[in-house]
Amino acid sequence: MNKKLSPGRRAYTAGMKALMYASTAAIGALVLLLIGYVLYRGIPNITWKFLTMAPSILNDTIGIWPDILNSIYVVIATIIIVLPLGVCAAVYLSEYASNKRLVSIIEYAAETLSGIPSIIYGLVGMLFFCEFLKMQTTLMAGALTLVIMNLPTVMRTTQESLKTVPQSYREGAFGLGAGKWRVIRTVVLPGCVDGVITGCILSVGRILGESAALLFTAGIAHVVNGFFMGLKSSGATLTVALYIYAKERGEFGVAFAIAAILMLLTLIINLSAEAVARSFKNKRRI
Amino acid sequence: MEANEKSILSVKELCLWYGNHQALKNINIDIPKNSITALIGPSGCGKSTFLKTLDRMNDLIPDVKITGSVEYKGEDIFAPGVDVSELRRQIGMVFQKPNPFPMSIYDNIAYGPRTHGIRNRAKLDDIVEKSLRGAAIWDEVKDRLRKNALGLSGGQQQRLCIARALAVEPDVLLMDEPTSALDPISTSKIEELAMQLKEQYTIVIVTHNMQQAVRISDNTAFFLLGELVEYGKTEEMFSQPTDKRTEDYITGRFG
Repeated sequence: MNKKLSPGRRAYTAGMKALMYASTAAIGALVLLLIGYVLYRGIPNITWKFLTMAPSILNDTIGIWPDILNSIYVVIATIIIVLPLGVCAAVYLSEYASNKRLVSIIEYAAETLSGIPSIIYGLVGMLFFCEFLKMQTTLMAGALTLVIMNLPTVMRTTQESLKTVPQSYREGAFGLGAGKWRVIRTVVLPGCVDGVITGCILSVGRILGESAALLFTAGIAHVVNGFFMGLKSSGATLTVALYIYAKERGEFGVAFAIAAILMLLTLIINLSAEAVARSFKNKRRI
Repeated sequence: MEANEKSILSVKELCLWYGNHQALKNINIDIPKNSITALIGPSGCGKSTFLKTLDRMNDLIPDVKITGSVEYKGEDIFAPGVDVSELRRQIGMVFQKPNPFPMSIYDNIAYGPRTHGIRNRAKLDDIVEKSLRGAAIWDEVKDRLRKNALGLSGGQQQRLCIARALAVEPDVLLMDEPTSALDPISTSKIEELAMQLKEQYTIVIVTHNMQQAVRISDNTAFFLLGELVEYGKTEEMFSQPTDKRTEDYITGRFG
């Protein structure tokens, strides 16, 4: 068994190894370069005024405060609607539905739905919410479009998490005479909070990063509004603002500044998603 | 065994199918009150299935078909209009693997009473203490009732699960191999506990361990391939089995 490898074999192994190292290095370099470049171009343009002011044509200044607010409004409105819908749908599919065929069809549809390009959601959202329901181009119409877009994500992560709640918990509770809903409320749902939160945070990331669907449905205004007024009016979120400043006004410094902010936000969101998932795992293990 | 007034559970011509597979074949058995009845037999012989039928836990499994009758205190548990929640309160279950809920020891015990509408704090405190004492675990956990139950050892968890079952004041306790996942010391504690509990409760216990059946049970039922082969007083069955198959099994020729 102590035979040496043949030279050809050794060369092949070494070659494959080199190829793998090179691919890894290329990907790593690409990511670092991209992030580094965006931060390098963007960060010098971020000032306190830039973050906290509305743009003014009279003073010829640019501020992204309204866009930040719009992003927050859209995130809040979308999550408030998508969370109960997605969780309830998941609970129904995993705990109540007895028709396995129907369940698998719905799951398959949800999976497909989450793979559809967002611009199609934008188109449908525009025709359905803005035109058919006469909501016009408003943040609310945008939020509702994003609800449809994120429903599969929230539903699927909740479902996966429901599957990890041990069957023995359910048996134990049923064995004490608890009814179905009580078992779900007291034993099953608390056991899948981490999944719900993870799905939620993933959705927030997607909402913040979404532009195509919102260009169609939520509009491009940069006006500072309160929450409810904001939802009823047209408004650009950060990503949409990035598009407008870069493509229509040629303000690349502003675009890069927004890009840098979005990137930092995404980083924070991903880190917090991980932290939440980890802390829940630890808690359950005690 | 003759049906008599002292039997609390009376099973007649019980058959059960999982889909097309018949798991129980024409079971007739009367379980006397305040006794320990052991169900023995090789894996897959239907003893756990039978146990789960007694408090209708098989309802949770799709595609189960049941014929025949199970009478609990003279009433058919499969009759329409039977309150399954109340049935399961009166017939408690302890599972093979300890399955405390991921909450505090206190909340674990209080889960059942709360389910059945008891909200009063003082009353709950009382029930928790009484149940934990009943399961001989009070002294070990009284100082950490608010701690997560998953922090207990396996044997403690199983006694906690027994306490949890006692908290709803059942009449019958069904135990599905309650010691198979435990070490010998925890096992003997559970066995001791079972013998104390039969003063107040009727216990039906599935076990793989024939010594255990001999040690603790009054009556033994031997299941094989979905049939009840033999049922009788434990000493008699283990000393003079009437059926050849029983003899082969308890002398270790198969199983």
